[in-house]
Amino acid sequence: MHKSPDSNSSLLNVVAMRGITKAFPGVLANDQIDLDIFTSEVHALLGENGAGKSTLMKILYGFYRLDSGQIFINQQPVSIYSPNNARAIQIGMVFQDFSLIPALNVMENLALFLPQLPFVLDVKGINQRIHQVSERYNLEVNLDALVSQLSIGELQKVEILKLLLADARLLILDEPTRVLAPHEVQVLFKVFESLKKDGYAIVLITHKLKEVLECADRITVLRTGRVAGTLLRSDATEERLVSLMFDKKLRPTVVTHKKASIEQVSPFLEFKDAWTHGEGLETSLKAINFKINPGEIVGVAGVSGNGQRELGDAAMGLIRCVRGKRYIFGRDFTNKSIQEERLSGVAFIPENPLTMSIAPYMTVLQNMAITRTRQYARMGGLSMDWQAVHADIERSNQRLGFSFPLYIPARSLSGGNLQRMVVAREMIGDPRLIIASYLTRGLDVQSAIAARQALVQARDNGAGVLLISEDLEELFTLSDWLIVLFTGRIVGIFRPEDTDVYEIGHLMTGSEVEHVENQ
Amino acid sequence: MLKISEALPRFSVIQNKTVILVIRYLYMMLLAFLLFGIILLISGKDPLQSYKDIFTSTLGSAYGFSEVLVAMIPMLITALAVALPARVGLINVGGEGQLYIGAAFATFGALTFSNLPAWLLLPIMIFLGMLGGALWAFIPGYLKAIGLVNETITTLLLNSVAPKIIGFLIFGFWHSALDTVKTPNFVAAARLPTFFGTRIHLGLLIGLILLIIFWLFVKYTRWGLEMRAIGNNAQAARRNGIPLKKYLIVVMCVGGAIAGLAGMSQVSGFYGVLLLNFSMSLGFMGFMISWLAGGEPLGILLMSFVVAVIFTGGNLLQLTRGVPYSVINLLLAITLFVVLARPSLIKGKKA
Repeated sequence: MHKSPDSNSSLLNVVAMRGITKAFPGVLANDQIDLDIFTSEVHALLGENGAGKSTLMKILYGFYRLDSGQIFINQQPVSIYSPNNARAIQIGMVFQDFSLIPALNVMENLALFLPQLPFVLDVKGINQRIHQVSERYNLEVNLDALVSQLSIGELQKVEILKLLLADARLLILDEPTRVLAPHEVQVLFKVFESLKKDGYAIVLITHKLKEVLECADRITVLRTGRVAGTLLRSDATEERLVSLMFDKKLRPTVVTHKKASIEQVSPFLEFKDAWTHGEGLETSLKAINFKINPGEIVGVAGVSGNGQRELGDAAMGLIRCVRGKRYIFGRDFTNKSIQEERLSGVAFIPENPLTMSIAPYMTVLQNMAITRTRQYARMGGLSMDWQAVHADIERSNQRLGFSFPLYIPARSLSGGNLQRMVVAREMIGDPRLIIASYLTRGLDVQSAIAARQALVQARDNGAGVLLISEDLEELFTLSDWLIVLFTGRIVGIFRPEDTDVYEIGHLMTGSEVEHVENQ
Repeated sequence: MLKISEALPRFSVIQNKTVILVIRYLYMMLLAFLLFGIILLISGKDPLQSYKDIFTSTLGSAYGFSEVLVAMIPMLITALAVALPARVGLINVGGEGQLYIGAAFATFGALTFSNLPAWLLLPIMIFLGMLGGALWAFIPGYLKAIGLVNETITTLLLNSVAPKIIGFLIFGFWHSALDTVKTPNFVAAARLPTFFGTRIHLGLLIGLILLIIFWLFVKYTRWGLEMRAIGNNAQAARRNGIPLKKYLIVVMCVGGAIAGLAGMSQVSGFYGVLLLNFSMSLGFMGFMISWLAGGEPLGILLMSFVVAVIFTGGNLLQLTRGVPYSVINLLLAITLFVVLARPSLIKGKKA
């Protein structure tokens, strides 16, 4: 059990995880995983969705209890029962969705997390400490700003600051770059560099190869709950990592730019000077003008919270336009409801299947029927034709190459299967207009390719697609047009071949706009 | 296990669920009676003898049994008035008020059209009772649908308004010459027929038919499916094109209509007269039963029967054992507590 540290290394073995096994009902999430994390390194945990990366790190952070295995800190066996426990031994974790309190300002949020918070706050002292740490590691944020007003990049900084102030020496970041614009990612990597110099250890959970190759010192690849291999940066190439991540060779997305031979008909979706009124945390859309012609994919880029969700909802008729017009298939749909829109042949793949698209306690099959109950109803609605639902879903699955169980409650599906289920459902009946938000979120690479393929196929058959995504690469490969949203406005419309990731990235974060205003 | 249920999804799931449900309730009732027994012991009564009294007085004789069924009628129907809206996630605490208004509307029919024959008058009264309950439920349903007020609060508050309206109607217009707290007795044509020389009236049949319709409706129809989707995840249902607002209003109104029907069956079948404050929390009893049963049709049937047994038995307990009647409420409360706490004896079987 007790292994000696690597003999050819003088580095301190900060954390050693040995034989970590963790099972959830139906899945072996971690299967006999060994992992060493050294100080002064960025250790990337790479793997598909569901490979067990997050589970492994949540075990280290005390979020889950391990079934078997042992964790050693500086060769001492430790038991970590809770996040509190983990923080006490200087392990900190930043989750995918941040855990800051929007109504408090940055300083208050940071102070809340300090160990041994005194009864009366020494605001000055805390301020000073925050300044010291944030300056040292390029983590400057306006301490008086309300958290609700920060950008995603700044939120990330605050989360990291929080851990540093709480004396964490090992920082675990769960897909930190998921919501960042390209240049913000660069800033984050610089922060990593400076932390490394001071002997911090950083674990980066991700599935993005390029970032791994850019910033990691060592890379551990997980596949279906096991370690597929650990590589030094110098030994790693994209091909090697891919072959470790997947058994099979990937087939690339086939993007056929076959122009649909449809005569000029009216656009499938058109916004004419549309404005919406955002309530609460929603973003208001301002002066939206664009159209989707038959056989076009229009991609929408933007940092989340800049109106993408609202744009999708407005296109679906969930949010009413307070000004301007919305046309679907050439007809004025400004005041039509989502029911009418769905009936006219519009499909909708929302950003979060679990909360926005499925009834968790109903079976998968029942969920498959709820978008078109009228079509499956027999005897005027007194009974449902489940056989027809079954047949439709089988056909759709066959076309997409998906398969998932039909007779279990939807909530027991994994995130990837949920998304597959929604994609398969929405592709039934060959929709003429598809509004897809974060189409490939939660999908493994194979399924993501299948889902993209389905969109491209629909496009080639003359459908219009509104594709909202955070994955710029996906947007660039699939889109015929690219729209960039910032604070509810369209700040740019491009042909993908006329622009690049950096231009889009700057527009997404408003830095270009600011730049112009400053001059 | 999995293989069997995949091969015969519908059938075996029912079998399985039914058995588990029955076991669960029997077990929980046992626990409740055990706890209540301790209370009886503390107050110096013999629990075994008390329980024996309860059961012999109710289940031990044909008359006792018929009285249980009579008490069960309004409970069964008001429980359905709660269970249906619960399927779309609406918490209808307003069965009591809807029942009163339904009774008032039915009474209006009974007093106004008293010279019509029974085959015409009774349907009119049923219609009016349901209309009254539905209108009363429309208020919270509409306010909920436009996103203004939570239906739990409005239905609860409207409960205290409804009896006042009944009072106003009785005192002001409808009271009999002899007595100001009730209307004149209904004519024979306005009474629901009774059976076997007992007080069991047609309401029982109506309740059972409603229960079966409720079960079939939710399980097999397109609207039942859509309702379940709403109850599961309203946001997703809306995004999937199910008309959420319409459902909230209509389902709430149908729930109210059912409660109104319970009111009609009480005044027409049981009392034969509209009495001030006649309900005595029947609506709340229905609420409790529906939640005890988890909205399941079989559970509703079972629980309304059990509660009716306790209810009727309690009357007798008061006479024979000198146990104050309010103690029975204690037993009901303990039952509710035990069921809601869901002790997990059979957890293994549930999974």
